[in-house]
Amino acid sequence: MQETYSPKNTVAPGSIGTIDVESIGTDLCLHFSGSWVIGSTFPSFLEIQPLFPGTIKSISFDTTNLLAWDSRFLIILNDISEYAVKNDTTMIAEGLPSGVQRLLVLSSASPEKAPFKPEEKIPSFFETVGNKTTHLIEDCGELLSFTGAVSLSYLRLFSGKAQFLTSDFLYFLEECGPSALPIVSLISVLVGIILAFVGAVQLQLFGAEIYIANLVGLGMTREMGAMMAAIIMAGRTGAAFAAQLGTMQVNEEIDALQTMGIDPVDFLVLPRLSALLIMMPLLALWADLLGIGGGFLIAALTLDISMVEYYNQTINAVVLRHFGVGLFKAIIFGYLVAFSGCLRGMQCGRSASAVGTAATSAVVTAIVLIVVSDAVMTVLFNILKI
Amino acid sequence: MQPQPLITVSNLTMAYGSFILQRDLNFTIRQGDIFIIMGDSGCGKSTLLRHMIGLKEPAAGSIHFHDTNFWNASEGQRNQIMRQCGILYQSSALFSSMTLAENVALPLRQNSDLAPNEIAELVSLKLRLVGLAGFDQFYPSEISGGMKKRAALARAIALDPEILFFDEPSAGLDPISASLLDNLILELRDSLNATIIIVTHELASIFAIGNNSIFLDSDSRTMIASGPPQTLLQTTKIHKVKQFLTRGGTLQNPFPISQKPDKETPSHE
Repeated sequence: MQETYSPKNTVAPGSIGTIDVESIGTDLCLHFSGSWVIGSTFPSFLEIQPLFPGTIKSISFDTTNLLAWDSRFLIILNDISEYAVKNDTTMIAEGLPSGVQRLLVLSSASPEKAPFKPEEKIPSFFETVGNKTTHLIEDCGELLSFTGAVSLSYLRLFSGKAQFLTSDFLYFLEECGPSALPIVSLISVLVGIILAFVGAVQLQLFGAEIYIANLVGLGMTREMGAMMAAIIMAGRTGAAFAAQLGTMQVNEEIDALQTMGIDPVDFLVLPRLSALLIMMPLLALWADLLGIGGGFLIAALTLDISMVEYYNQTINAVVLRHFGVGLFKAIIFGYLVAFSGCLRGMQCGRSASAVGTAATSAVVTAIVLIVVSDAVMTVLFNILKI
Repeated sequence: MQPQPLITVSNLTMAYGSFILQRDLNFTIRQGDIFIIMGDSGCGKSTLLRHMIGLKEPAAGSIHFHDTNFWNASEGQRNQIMRQCGILYQSSALFSSMTLAENVALPLRQNSDLAPNEIAELVSLKLRLVGLAGFDQFYPSEISGGMKKRAALARAIALDPEILFFDEPSAGLDPISASLLDNLILELRDSLNATIIIVTHELASIFAIGNNSIFLDSDSRTMIASGPPQTLLQTTKIHKVKQFLTRGGTLQNPFPISQKPDKETPSHE
């Protein structure tokens, strides 16, 4: 008895694989012909299995008409082999091309030992909540211990014991200051323009256009100047710090420092943190001025306010106290950005993807800390009437 | 007379959290040894090194340098021990923002009161010793992998250490560079009178320079053999060690020693 199975949808001549199932008593012979390669059309094991008789003692193969084969052919042979093992049937591989026979032996050879892999299971809701909470507590602990390490490092710096390279410090000063000026300038002018536009529409309703200067002046100096500069620095410098330290971790450079008796916090974190602490208030001040300039552009172009009027109104509205508030915030933000970048960099794992995660995490941590601390400070200043 | 024990590891257990990597490690490294830590991939060779150089605390057991228990010692004592050690990391770990000269100068500046010109002279000498004369002002990114290893070696020997640790020194090197590095290690042992500890699975190096060794096994998670590599090759009855030392049975006596190690330590299994 011989039954033929060939695929119904033929793509192109020469790219079909067919199989004839011939059963002689309890012995089965499979005749493969045509092309059994990736891309050609041929039946799957599930399609040919129904053609097998109930009881089979042996399966043999005939590949006289087999034109071409590749790994795809091995897949169906593996299925047949599994079927044979399951049904206590002997598989006689002699009729297969010798390459196929060798590959079959290779693929069926079991490894000496099962590789160790921790069992993965989907955690329950409560387990997830528990894990996340533990993780959060650990993260807070690490945050605090890093704060402690940084504080000790500053104590060593002031007692003249901390060691870092002056050239590193100067490099980071430049990176955090002059190099960041163009992007900070652009964003600040635009924020000033946006504030003025939003305000202009509302203030015009009351004929109080001149107060646009108060809005932009106070908005920029107390809030937006420092905050926008900080967010830019989080994306630009915080991420860079995390990536630099993360790469040094991967490259065993931090290990090397430790074994040389050099504290990595002194050597790597201090120059970065100090540079940003110094540069951040200056950047915020620059952002304040440019934002006010941006506001003036809108006032002059859309509300016909003269430069002198705008200047006088701004001078009356914005007193030194407001600049002080902005600069204080800028110092705090600068610390948070550099702190997050360095913390995530020092915590980085030892792979390339860990560096990416560290950089992303540094930006997220910095932005969250900036916004939270800003909210706290704004409320506090309000209560203290500063 | 056998040389003095320099490092004694007793009942050391290494773990990551609750996962025990290796347990009950006991071995002694003697003055002047070129001691090989070998074993299959993932068995914890590099982690053992990290325990010995003060980067990871053991879960149990102790590591003594002479008579000082390293992990019970004060920070000052530990720093003093580490000043006697030079380490060559697998990835070289050169500071990419510094020139080779600055890299080699860093441990000198940190651990000595030498004047800048003296440091410069020493740096130049160390770079000459490893065959990198004239490369003082090059950055790590501007030199080849083999040169990086040598520059890192120059930094490791900056303070004339008593003990030198090497983590897979010949990884990624061509056979010629690897054998040059082996010769350099032998030269350093003899000239600095240093003790050398090498983590490697490079058979050529193991047989060419090692005079004592231990074999860590990832299945039983402990050391299953110790002794001079050449003796282990000839006498071991442990299948895995035999397989390892004969490259899976494909080499019978792969690397007959051309330079006989001058110290032999009795093997035990």
